[in-house]
Amino acid sequence: MTVTASKLNTILTRIEPAWTRRHRHRQSNTPPLFLVIVAVLVAGAAVLPPAYLVVRAAGAGASKVADILLRPRTIEVFFGSAGLALAVGLAAVIIGVTLAWLTVRTDLPGRRFWAVATVLPLTLPSYVGAFTLIAALGPRGMVQDWLEPLGIDRLPSIYGFPGALLALTLFTYPYVLLSVRAGLRGLDPSLEEAARSLGRSPRRVFWEITLPHLRPSIYAGGLLVALYTLSDFGAVSLLRFNSFTRAIYLQYSASFDRSVAAVLALLLVVLTMLILTAESYMRGKARYYRSSAGAHRRARPVKLGRWTIPALIFTGSITLLGVGLPLLVIGFWLIRGLLAGETINLGWDILLNSVTASGLAAGVAVLAAIPVAVLLVRFPGFRSRWLERSVYLGYALPGIVIALALVFFGANYATFLYQTLAMLVFAYMVRFLPQAVGSTRASLLQISPRLEEAARSLGRTPRQVLTSITGPLLRPGLSTGLALVFLTGMKELPATLLLAPTEFYTLATRIWSATEEAFFARAAAPSLLLVLVSAIAVWIILTQEEKKV
Amino acid sequence: MTKIAIRSLHLSKYFDDTAAVDDVSLSLPQGQFLALLGPSGCGKTTTLRLLAGFEAPDRGEIYVDDRPVFRPGLNVPPEKRRVGMVFQEYALFPHMTVADNVAYGLPKNADRTRRVDETLELVGLRDIKARMPHELSGGQQQRVALARALAPNPALVLLDEPFSNLDAGLRGQVRVEVRQILRDAGATVIFVTHDQEEAFSLADQVAVMMNGRLLQLDSPENLYRRPATRSIATFLGHTNFLTGQISRDRLTCELGHLPGNGQPDGPVQVMIRPEDLRLTATESGPATVVTRSFYGHDQLIELQLDSGSRLHSRILGSSGQFRPGQRVAIASPDDVVLYPQ
Repeated sequence: MTVTASKLNTILTRIEPAWTRRHRHRQSNTPPLFLVIVAVLVAGAAVLPPAYLVVRAAGAGASKVADILLRPRTIEVFFGSAGLALAVGLAAVIIGVTLAWLTVRTDLPGRRFWAVATVLPLTLPSYVGAFTLIAALGPRGMVQDWLEPLGIDRLPSIYGFPGALLALTLFTYPYVLLSVRAGLRGLDPSLEEAARSLGRSPRRVFWEITLPHLRPSIYAGGLLVALYTLSDFGAVSLLRFNSFTRAIYLQYSASFDRSVAAVLALLLVVLTMLILTAESYMRGKARYYRSSAGAHRRARPVKLGRWTIPALIFTGSITLLGVGLPLLVIGFWLIRGLLAGETINLGWDILLNSVTASGLAAGVAVLAAIPVAVLLVRFPGFRSRWLERSVYLGYALPGIVIALALVFFGANYATFLYQTLAMLVFAYMVRFLPQAVGSTRASLLQISPRLEEAARSLGRTPRQVLTSITGPLLRPGLSTGLALVFLTGMKELPATLLLAPTEFYTLATRIWSATEEAFFARAAAPSLLLVLVSAIAVWIILTQEEKKV
Repeated sequence: MTKIAIRSLHLSKYFDDTAAVDDVSLSLPQGQFLALLGPSGCGKTTTLRLLAGFEAPDRGEIYVDDRPVFRPGLNVPPEKRRVGMVFQEYALFPHMTVADNVAYGLPKNADRTRRVDETLELVGLRDIKARMPHELSGGQQQRVALARALAPNPALVLLDEPFSNLDAGLRGQVRVEVRQILRDAGATVIFVTHDQEEAFSLADQVAVMMNGRLLQLDSPENLYRRPATRSIATFLGHTNFLTGQISRDRLTCELGHLPGNGQPDGPVQVMIRPEDLRLTATESGPATVVTRSFYGHDQLIELQLDSGSRLHSRILGSSGQFRPGQRVAIASPDDVVLYPQ
């Protein structure tokens, strides 16, 4: 969930005020040395994991690598993952576009309510979602329990492709919904009216005008979902679908020869890069389609008429599956656990572990983000583009890949750090750096460089300017970054599984192990807490978006 | 002799191989106002930023109060140049009060409160020192920005398009106020503008810039009367051009014979300002009125000579005798500006 949430975050914060563009060509001065040094260190930290992975895989030797790549199992995993990403992307686009159109452009009863409700599945970490689906729809889950009197003692298996498809679609379609909704709102209604006045029917207007204008938003949302699907570890593992992330984890934990895991991880990175390249290509084109900025007039809502009931059923059932069911399941197991005398004690130590690790990571990530953001915003140029790429590498890397690389590195070169809290915090930092940089950068873009120049001309050195002007004005962006990294850190699963010190359990790992062993009651309380945490993070991201628009 | 507050020699700055500032040399005595006038993109703001130290020139030298601040091997940072700047968007620190903004540039040990009060007094804003910038009107913000720049007693104050953010109605009044404040402070000022009226009415010296080059540096009057080139003449207000011929120090053009002003023989361009052409309505005249634009206190008459050339004449008052179709006679001044062709 992290990769995509942070990605969404940057896509939304890419909008720059006019003056940055106007003055950009003037920013030709060289940055202060201390900024460069810190930023290079941060970039180095971000590049370390993937770089080491390459070294590690290369160490296995060409014939060995070729052998691993050509195994039928590898090929199966590759196409399985790619297929799942494609299928989830498509399903999410269909659901997302339909819901966006229904909630923005029609007279669907209760539009305002649905507008919020349909986004809520975003607040479910995918493994929490998967846990609730298994608990409800598993072969011997809650639904089977209710159907038992009817003589049904087993439901068709939810495990494998269908379950993964269902879970990932349900909890990721909001990305498409949000992006298409923004597209629909930015679309000038006079375009459609012009088409109507030129003799087109409403249906043809939708296909010929509306949909082509939404294409960039659809691509952006769909690719976000595909990317997410590839990087997801929790849901596919719990639902036992053999995707890359699961195969990597199994290889890592089962065998002594870890070069297989390294090669698989690199292959996953390649697949992710392919998707990212496609996305940036689409985004480059998308600018071409941007509709007029002055579209403040609202389009007249389309009357659904006899389609009202089916539309309501569709919207209702998606929302029910995506939010209602998970919350019901969590509530059910919480109460059932209570009644059965099962301790619902979260374990304060577990909560404390989660808070400590992600709190430290948030602090470190934001501190590291400041020099990077300052360089990116104030000194754009060839070199800072490289800096940006290395720092944002976290986007391209699924959590399990970063974690695996750090396990290798720690075990070989930094044994004193291996399986320590410091290592875990470092992994979080690398993984969530893009989020911290994104918020800091967005905030910095709002601060006119003229303010800093004014301070310089009044006799202050660059460092004094940073502490007396830029720093204080940056505070809102820093707190957003801090909050985002903290909240997403709480949800992080694969890095925690691989890197946490022994006996160091967090909310995320607790849910994972409890679900694996079918102790649903034990997973309920931490799940509820994580849903809340995640809801706050989503809320922050969405309010950031509101401010920009 | 008065001291030279700022001097630049052969200043050049390139952005991606295009010269934004090209060999600009200028100097300004203490207490004087200089306007950098030019169309947008001519390099005037970049020149200002070079003087302030926000950009490093690729070539040239800069001296503030005869002290070098830039030359090969030396680049004094902006905070040590004693050059104050008032930005186009004012750039007031949004998290500080008016008083804190003004005090920001004052040294720690100085009697800051006294100086802040003094400067705010000068700009007439003493009673709003506790306000935050967002609570001020545009005009007030500008005066705070001025006070902030003046407080540390800079050797030179730079203003970037100082009046462009104000309503047109307010501009004239603010212009007079700002000039008075700066004069009272005894400041040496360079300001950037694309508005010739602003440049002429505020500055002692005007430097016309185009395509990064300084084309002419002169008093406003000289600049208007005797533009050095045809393109400067065109830039500085409405103007007529006629082709003419010089022969033995006599100019022959469609308006008759005029003194040749010492130009060598050959074809020339004759520049005449519209307000210098006097018209008489007479059926025997050599030109016809084509259009008339009436503005109130003056009017602009477009004429067509029988040869086909068109001229503009600006006449004061609301006389209605020059309507389209009217035949007119034209009297031109003896003192015309000639450019060799």
